[in-house]
Amino acid sequence: MADKPAKVLVRRHSGVTRITHWLNVLAVSLLLMSGLQIFNAHPALYWGAKSTFAEPWISMKKEEIGGEPRGITTLGDRRFDTTGLFGWSGREGAREQRGFPSWATIPSYRSLADGRRWHFFFAWLFVINGLVYWLWGLVGGHVRKDLLPTRDQLRLRHVLHEVATHARFQFPKGEEARVYNVIQKLTYLLVVVVLLPLMVLTGLSMSPGFNATLPGLIDLFGGRQSARSIHFLSASAIVIFILVHLVLVVASGFWNNIRSMITGRYAIEVAGEVEGDKA
Amino acid sequence: MSLDRRRWLAGVGATLGSLWLAGCDRLTANPTFTGVLKVAEKWTQGAQRLVTDRKALAREFTPADISKDFKPNGTMRPQDPAYLALLVGNFAGYRLVVDGLVEQPLSLSLAEVRAAPSRTQITRHDCVEGWSSIGKWKGARLSALLDRAKLKPEARYIVFHCADTLDPAATDGAGQYYESIDLVDAYHPQTILAYQMNDATLPVRHGAPLRLRVERQLGYKHAKYVMRVEAVASLDGIGRGQGGFWPDRGYEWYAGI
Repeated sequence: MADKPAKVLVRRHSGVTRITHWLNVLAVSLLLMSGLQIFNAHPALYWGAKSTFAEPWISMKKEEIGGEPRGITTLGDRRFDTTGLFGWSGREGAREQRGFPSWATIPSYRSLADGRRWHFFFAWLFVINGLVYWLWGLVGGHVRKDLLPTRDQLRLRHVLHEVATHARFQFPKGEEARVYNVIQKLTYLLVVVVLLPLMVLTGLSMSPGFNATLPGLIDLFGGRQSARSIHFLSASAIVIFILVHLVLVVASGFWNNIRSMITGRYAIEVAGEVEGDKA
Repeated sequence: MSLDRRRWLAGVGATLGSLWLAGCDRLTANPTFTGVLKVAEKWTQGAQRLVTDRKALAREFTPADISKDFKPNGTMRPQDPAYLALLVGNFAGYRLVVDGLVEQPLSLSLAEVRAAPSRTQITRHDCVEGWSSIGKWKGARLSALLDRAKLKPEARYIVFHCADTLDPAATDGAGQYYESIDLVDAYHPQTILAYQMNDATLPVRHGAPLRLRVERQLGYKHAKYVMRVEAVASLDGIGRGQGGFWPDRGYEWYAGI
C-alpha cells in the first residue's frame, strides 16, 4: 500500500557544505558587485597584454545621438542602444555615464577606491573559504561520494532523460532525490573546479606584483588584458549559474531546499515502510 | 507557480535588494568598517612579499609590443608656475634634489642624472582603472642615486615630491602629487627615474623631465614630474599621511594588486 507517500527527512548537506555555501554566497555577491564598480572605472575589455583603446571587444559608453545622450554598448562591430542599463543610466533627469547601473555596484555611487577595498577584502574570504571547502571535499570524500557522477549517471540515455525532465521542471522526489542528479553534479563540478578557481587565477594575473612572482600564470591566459576579459566572462558565467540555480531552487521545492542548506535536512517522499535515516 | 507567489517572491527580492544596497553604502561610509576592509591590504602586501623574490623582475617585452596609443593619465600638463618656468627653459634650470635621511644630499642637473648608471626596459604599465599600455623606458637607477647619497640606517621609505598640483581644490595643502615606496622597491633593479620614453625625450604628458618607474605596482605609484627624492623614517606628516596623493584619497599604498 503506497497510495500517499510519506515524507521523511534525510541528511542532505554536511555542516562544512552549509557554512562554506553561505559564506560563498556573501563573498561572491560582494565580489560581483564590487567587481562591476571596478569594471566601471574603464568599461571596456581587450585581448592580449595591452589595451588597444580604439578596438575593445566590448565597451559601454555614453554617446550624443541627435543631441540626446544615449548609452551605447559595442560588441565587436555591433552597436546596441542600452540607455538606462549600460553606459548611461540612473533615474530620469539624474542619469549619469557609467558602465553598469548603480543598483549593480558596490558602492552604488562611483568610487573605484571603495570598490577595490571591498573586492580585495572579500577576495581573501572567498579564497580561504574555497580552500576549506576543497580540502574538506577531497579529504572527507564529498567530491568523490557526492559530486563525481557514477558511471550509470554518465550514460548518454540517462543524461538526455535528465535534461528532458529538468526542461519540464520535473524533479525527482523519492529515493532518487537522496543524491544529486547528473546535471547537478556536472554543474556543481564546473563551478567549484573550473569557474571559481578561474576567478582567483585570472584575478591574480591582473596583479602586477604577482606577475613578477609567477610570470607563467599570466601567459597562460594570454596577457593581462586577456586575463581581465576572462575574469569578466567567468564572472558572467557564474551569474548565469546563480540565476539558473535560484530558479531551480524555487521550482524544485523552495522551503525544502532552503531548509536543507540551513539545517542539513531534506525531505524526500518514500512509499510507506522505508525508513528515512537508512542512508 | 501561481502569479501571487511569483509577485510575492519578486517583491521580497526587490526589498532585500534595496536593503542590501543601502546597507553596503552605509558600511562604505563607516570608517570603522572601512578600517576593517583595509586590513586586507596588509595581508595582500605581506603575502606577495612572502612569495616573491625581492629582485623578481616585472615582465619585459619586445619593441614590437610597444603601444602606439600609450594613454597618459593624471596631470597632463602641470600649470604650476615653477614647473612652467622650468619647461620654458627646457629644464636647463632643473635640479633633482635627493635629501632627507641621507649622509650626502644631492642636487643634480638633468645632465648629471643622465650620466648616472641607467637601465632600459620595455614594460607594461597597468592603470588602477584596468587598462594597460606597453612602453620603453630609460632612466637612472634609483638604487645608484640612493647609494651615492648614502641612506641613513633609519630611512624606511623613499618619497617622491612632484611639480604638479593635481587637486587645486585641496585646502589642506595636500593637492600636490607625491608618492612613496619602501626600500624593497626602491632598490629593485627595475626601479628607475625615467628621462626617455620610446627612445625619445620623456614628453610632458608622461611626466617630463623625470618620472618614477616602479614596475611591480600600479600606474599611480609611477610619480610624474619628480622634483625631489626624500628618504624618511615615517610617512606621517606628509600630505595626509597615507604615503601618496591617491593613497590619501582611499587607494592602497601598496599597489601591487
